[in-house]
Amino acid sequence: MGANERNSVIDPRRQQAVAAALRAFLPPQSVLYDAEDTQPYECDGLTAYRRVPMVVALPETEEQVRRVLQTCHAMDVPVVPRGAGTGLSGGALPLADGVLLSMAKFMRVLRVDPAARLAVVQPGVRNAAISDVVAPLGLYYAPDPSSQIACSIGGNVAENSGGVHCLKYGLTVHNVLGIRGYTIEGEPIAFGSEAPDAPGYDLLALAIGSEGLLAVVTEVTVKLLPKPQFARVVMASFDDVEKAGAAVAAVIAEGIIPAGLEMMDQPATRAVEAFVHADYDVDAAAILLAESDGTPEEVEEEIARIKSVLERAGATRMTVSRDEAERLRFWSGRKAAFPAMGRISPDYYCMDGTIPRRRLGEVLRFIAGLEKKYGLRCPNVFHAGDGNLHPLILFDANDPNELERTEQFAAEVLEKCVEVGGTITGEHGVGIEKIDQMCVQFHPDELEVFHAVKRVFDSKGLLNPGKAVPTLHRCAEFGRMHVHHGQLKHPELPRF
Amino acid sequence: MADAVQSLADRVRAAADAGMRLCLRGGGTKDFYGGALEGEPLDTRAHAGVVRYDPTELVITARCGTPLAQLEATLDENGQMLAFEPPHFARDGRAATLGGCVAAGLSGPRRAAAGALRDFVLGAVLLDGRARVLRFGGEVMKNVAGYDVARLLAGSLGTLGVLLEVSLKVLPRPVEELSLRLELTQDAAIAQLNAWGGQPLPISASAWCDGLLHLRLSGAAAAVRAARSVIGGEALAGDVATAFWRSVREQTHAFFASEAPLWRLAVPSTTPLLALSAAPFIEWGGALRWVPTRPGDPIPREAAARAGGHATLFRAQDKSAGAFAPLDAVSMRLHRGLKAALDPSGIFNRGRIYPDL
Repeated sequence: MGANERNSVIDPRRQQAVAAALRAFLPPQSVLYDAEDTQPYECDGLTAYRRVPMVVALPETEEQVRRVLQTCHAMDVPVVPRGAGTGLSGGALPLADGVLLSMAKFMRVLRVDPAARLAVVQPGVRNAAISDVVAPLGLYYAPDPSSQIACSIGGNVAENSGGVHCLKYGLTVHNVLGIRGYTIEGEPIAFGSEAPDAPGYDLLALAIGSEGLLAVVTEVTVKLLPKPQFARVVMASFDDVEKAGAAVAAVIAEGIIPAGLEMMDQPATRAVEAFVHADYDVDAAAILLAESDGTPEEVEEEIARIKSVLERAGATRMTVSRDEAERLRFWSGRKAAFPAMGRISPDYYCMDGTIPRRRLGEVLRFIAGLEKKYGLRCPNVFHAGDGNLHPLILFDANDPNELERTEQFAAEVLEKCVEVGGTITGEHGVGIEKIDQMCVQFHPDELEVFHAVKRVFDSKGLLNPGKAVPTLHRCAEFGRMHVHHGQLKHPELPRF
Repeated sequence: MADAVQSLADRVRAAADAGMRLCLRGGGTKDFYGGALEGEPLDTRAHAGVVRYDPTELVITARCGTPLAQLEATLDENGQMLAFEPPHFARDGRAATLGGCVAAGLSGPRRAAAGALRDFVLGAVLLDGRARVLRFGGEVMKNVAGYDVARLLAGSLGTLGVLLEVSLKVLPRPVEELSLRLELTQDAAIAQLNAWGGQPLPISASAWCDGLLHLRLSGAAAAVRAARSVIGGEALAGDVATAFWRSVREQTHAFFASEAPLWRLAVPSTTPLLALSAAPFIEWGGALRWVPTRPGDPIPREAAARAGGHATLFRAQDKSAGAFAPLDAVSMRLHRGLKAALDPSGIFNRGRIYPDL
């Protein structure tokens, strides 16, 4: 987890100068610098890290965004872009010597083309709002992160957000056709297009998930899909977590790609059940939710196949949603897993590692061991279909010792994910939170390439500096080496 | 295999030291694609074989020299497939490799339904211009650690380095497939394909040529049955359908027999009939239109750009018009910067995408 490398004290003279430069073209209410106005921007969804920004800029036109960036570039002021502020890795943590660029006023759906099945939206449009707007056309936007009622599409682009349906429907990178925006120098960029296979390098793929380090997005063209006519979900109980994991592999082996395939362990289902009453089997060691969508005929056929596989895999109980209300209730528990933890613990810390599914049992046993080692509880919710684990460490942030143990616990889990061939982050991003674990996942040469990519877009290093990619110096101080499959790469080389 | 990597790395280091250009090449099946070949050939085929494949993980990792046909056969034995249905363009005894397939970045008939090649790239191991072995992405479905350099390499035509290994997401083969044939004018076919596209129908491929629209339905048996009753048309026998879609993917269909320059127009799928010098072959629900040109015909780059798309000079003896549509100045600067970051001496596949890249 990231410590603060930068100065945390605001220089009042610098603040006045930057605010004055921005007020030259922004209305007064769009440039905030009084502490009481800037305080609400001190953190994103990762509230453990807070820092009040020097200045907050709230542009509402593309031209204003361009000028904010040009001005900051000319004055060497770092810029931290921010969408809805729901990110879970501190990607929008402000800088005390920087401008926080809020895209919150970019709230318009610019164009919906039902025939071409796409929508052009501004980055501040909420994820769920896109699907709401196009629902009357029988269309929807597929990626559905749990925070979809609040998170913005611009933030989704920055983080390459997923959701519970991405095994079948993909991540943000699979559902965005194009973006427009600006580099830190205020140059216009347009990556991707409504036509397939834009010429040249796939800069769209590079920009998506770049955590606001490469460019600021002012317009997003998303792909819309025909809304499946019908969906049903099977809820299956298992008396053993590893059996549930094996059941997931069995479903895939059968050639089925469920629309959603989620697992929760008993501590998670118990916390959730007390909170939302989703009819979860709280006696089961783990439950699986497997959803099928499509035409009614298709769903019946697939649900029957899923049930038969789960039964063979040792499910002790199975319930199939009878109607839409019941389907939504089954999902409500999963979607409420995070807030439910907030009810049983003063704080919780959510991890986001992804592992090859076959290593699930090993990783869960490892986490159970850490619960004992650190004396902290850790329920698990799991995007089982795509191997994305969300262990939730329960702790009390008012106890500094517990916070420190939590951070060590989390670091060990993430490093285990890398060791088994996975990644430290499946969908929440690196941000400031997992920046040290990047040193474990990547070799210095690879980090050097990331820095080189960054310089191509932002030679002064002014866009969201200090996030996503650690400096080699930081990795050397962190003291943990990149290890791949248990072997150091190029053992002959001197280190740092 | 360490030897094969070592030997590739030695060649790259020597070329960088000597300022000598290299032409990365697998089976040579995509030699025709992009700008002219330049530099000393660097054959990648010795670095071959599947590294890891566990069907229940839906991921295969293989070395660049692995024959594409062998990789697909391995998947097929396990009821799985590369859902982007890549063209091989295997001719004259040449066999496509995985490295060439990913470097070319070309997808086949299933692309409009399942996604493009780049959508299935999960990770890559790259030998860059400093002979460094670099891993990006990984073997898991969701991975947002670091910039998505692996996906950037898809379609980069070998200009950024040697793709040593690639990890691809794979999918189960559809339970059922059925192909239909309908008589439709070009206008009607484009309109109809877009209308069907907005409905939850399991259309996995489309091809219009000379008044005939072919559709392939893939999915659960019930879904295919239901879609057939909505769409109508005449069903093709299984082997006829398989041969037809192969001829589309591999461009062995009669439409492609001509020696005339062949243009590939990627446009928004709803683009109405384009004013072109010849009737096109249309795929991907209207988004991909192939057009031959005769001497004196205007090149269709303008027409594609006006429609919001772009035109690639796909197959031609004379590519002086440029293989790919030109980029705006900012994008071109970013391209040069990325090229310099991974290939500072400019040794890999020069001119394959743009003359100065």
